[in-house]
Amino acid sequence: MEAALRALEQAMRGRPTADRRRPWRLVLAALISTLLLLPVCLGLAGVLLPSFGYMPAIGGESLSLQPWRQLWDEPGIWTASLLGLFSGLASAFLSFVLVMLLLAGGRTWIRRLLERLLAPLVAVPHIALAVGLVFLLMPSGWLVRLVSPWPSGWQRPPVYAFPNDSDALALILGLIIKETPFLLLVALAALPQVKELQRLRMARSLGYHPATAWLKAVLPDLARRLRLPLFAVVAYGVSNVEMAIVLGPGAPPTLAVMILQWFQDPDLTRRFLGSAAAVLQLGLVGLALLLWQAGARAGWATWHCLASDGRRRTGKFAVQCGLYGGHSILVLLSLLSLASLLVWSLSAAWRFPAAWPQWGIATWMRHGDGLWQITATTILLAAGSSVLALLLSLAALESESGRKGRPGGRGALVILSAPLVVPQIAFLFGTAVLAAQAGLIGGWPVLLWGHLLFVLPYVYLALAGPFRGLDPRYAAMAASLGKGRLAVFFRVTLPLLRRPVLTAAAIGVAVSVALYLPTVLLGGGRFTTLASEAVTLSSGGDRRLLAVTALLQAALPLLALWLAAVAGRTRMAKP
Amino acid sequence: MSQESGLELRGFRLLLRGEALFQPLTLRIAPGEVAAITGPSGCGKSSLLLALAGLLEGPFRIEGEAFLDGRPLNGLLPERRHLGLIFQDPLLLPHLSVAQNLAFGLSRRNAAGRRQRAQLIAEALQQIRLDGFGERDPASLSGGQRARVALMRSLLSQPKALLLDEPFASLDPELRQDMRRFLADLLLARRLPALLVTHDRQDAEALARQRFLLKNEHQSKFST
Repeated sequence: MEAALRALEQAMRGRPTADRRRPWRLVLAALISTLLLLPVCLGLAGVLLPSFGYMPAIGGESLSLQPWRQLWDEPGIWTASLLGLFSGLASAFLSFVLVMLLLAGGRTWIRRLLERLLAPLVAVPHIALAVGLVFLLMPSGWLVRLVSPWPSGWQRPPVYAFPNDSDALALILGLIIKETPFLLLVALAALPQVKELQRLRMARSLGYHPATAWLKAVLPDLARRLRLPLFAVVAYGVSNVEMAIVLGPGAPPTLAVMILQWFQDPDLTRRFLGSAAAVLQLGLVGLALLLWQAGARAGWATWHCLASDGRRRTGKFAVQCGLYGGHSILVLLSLLSLASLLVWSLSAAWRFPAAWPQWGIATWMRHGDGLWQITATTILLAAGSSVLALLLSLAALESESGRKGRPGGRGALVILSAPLVVPQIAFLFGTAVLAAQAGLIGGWPVLLWGHLLFVLPYVYLALAGPFRGLDPRYAAMAASLGKGRLAVFFRVTLPLLRRPVLTAAAIGVAVSVALYLPTVLLGGGRFTTLASEAVTLSSGGDRRLLAVTALLQAALPLLALWLAAVAGRTRMAKP
Repeated sequence: MSQESGLELRGFRLLLRGEALFQPLTLRIAPGEVAAITGPSGCGKSSLLLALAGLLEGPFRIEGEAFLDGRPLNGLLPERRHLGLIFQDPLLLPHLSVAQNLAFGLSRRNAAGRRQRAQLIAEALQQIRLDGFGERDPASLSGGQRARVALMRSLLSQPKALLLDEPFASLDPELRQDMRRFLADLLLARRLPALLVTHDRQDAEALARQRFLLKNEHQSKFST
């Protein structure tokens, strides 16, 4: 009886407003789903059909297995697939191990250092970091120069193939450097949910060494909460194009790079082959996730036996060694990579064994106009897609705020993560072909849409937490003072959310600046961003110009984060 | 240096940023006996137990001495103090089965072999009346069952004394009485001294011969 009364009361209070908002909510949900899902679904169809020979635009009128036979016979296709699979799984596993070692070691100085560097390390685009790593590690790179001619004795660059080694080890290294900060960020966010402190106290009072206590009592539960981010890391590692072009092997490259080459081949019939390979890539990601899951299951069974074997000091030394060894190399490599971009961009001439170049800003001056244009395109795209993403996210969150029950559940998550989990190379080409047939390719709207596809999910996820965490009493108070819904939103909700909104915008900018494939495939060759220019130059262009381009690409997200932090700190009212 | 067995505190107190949380505490708990400490929340009861276990972090300072079987505790690493710490939250590890949770506590000093460990775990399950629950997920246990597993896990690590921090607070009244009796029997059988922190007077009166009331900057002993 009481429950019924409460339900009635709630219905009387909640229904009218909910009803009034309902159409808007539906329109927005439909709009966002279409924006995100349409390109993915059409894109997948757009490679699936050509992979069976159907693509009327270039003469494929009937279904056949010809592209698949051709793919089967393609030299190096299996090596390329294995390279992608191997680099994705290995980099994800090693990043995971590194993050766990760091957390198991407790509050060490290196963890405090990493936590301080975390935001910039996550925000630096993959391409810029990869280019920096090349400058640092190549035979005539900074590291070799620093040890030449003394103590190494090298008067001319040594001969070795790294980066771009045929085993993809450089690619794995680059992926680890880039994914470890991301995983650490996610792990730190999940840590409060696993009662770390209490469990450590419990285990230590049972006689466990702190590192062992963490490994046995905290790690398995934390790892379980990292399942989805780890899936994303595996999928990205297996299917990414931009890092594999800069750091990965050349002949054969990883499968993802091969696909892009076929799509860009002037011989249009290669696109059937590329489509079949894109479907293969999709399967490869699926296989990688299955292998990962199977490995995890076997690994955890062993781990649980170890956890209950009663040994109190297991892994003590492994944690210490791995922690300080692994992470000092990691931090050093990331910082030196970024520094080598700066050094190279400011070099006028640099004779081989010299540790430092002759300084000069000639590169900046000579290419000033071109660089400015590329940077302007990059900024416009980043700003445009971030602003659009902010508007859509805020509108969607505001429209659902009056709703009862669990807001934006599983369905929203699936829709949002679709463009992030489905490998870009597998669906973007199909999208590009369809856009070209509709005569839309090469214009701002489609390119902006292509960026929004990846910016919107991140911006929405960054805003959803703070928005739902807002104390509803502020809005209620304002409404009771007679403010309309729009006035409440602009004068109460938005100012309260100033900091999260600014951060979300900065994240959006970082995502957009880092994007490579959408620009290349949806821009129709008419748009050049810092990302696409850096990748183009990395295959044998002017090194100094490459350094400048990559440096600018790295600087934009950092600048956005810094601006967001500064703007978030200043107060509206004088104290 | 005390030669007595049991847990002993001499002038033990905590200071938070230079201010004492409570008056110096002096007491001795003989094997098999329980001393109870009650007091309002925020008076430093839980911190006292953490300090004894060597796990107190943050801006605290410890004054006074504590001895376990005549051995000074000050300065020892937590894992070398041999003090079993029981919390209100049983803190069973969700990734391990009930038996594995017990095995997590079972020390290797007297049971290193796999068969021997399995044997001891089976006996322990029997003692806490959870025969046949070994393979279960701890989340499927009732509150009272979980509390018993946590207690047994601690005992399997062979502590020389128990520190109990509101161990029954999450149980309903009937279970509470049951657990009290269970705990008292265990402590007597194993001749362990125990220091119990609680805000429930019934717990204190039922279990403890010595009872202390902590107040900020003021301690009074109301019964012996």
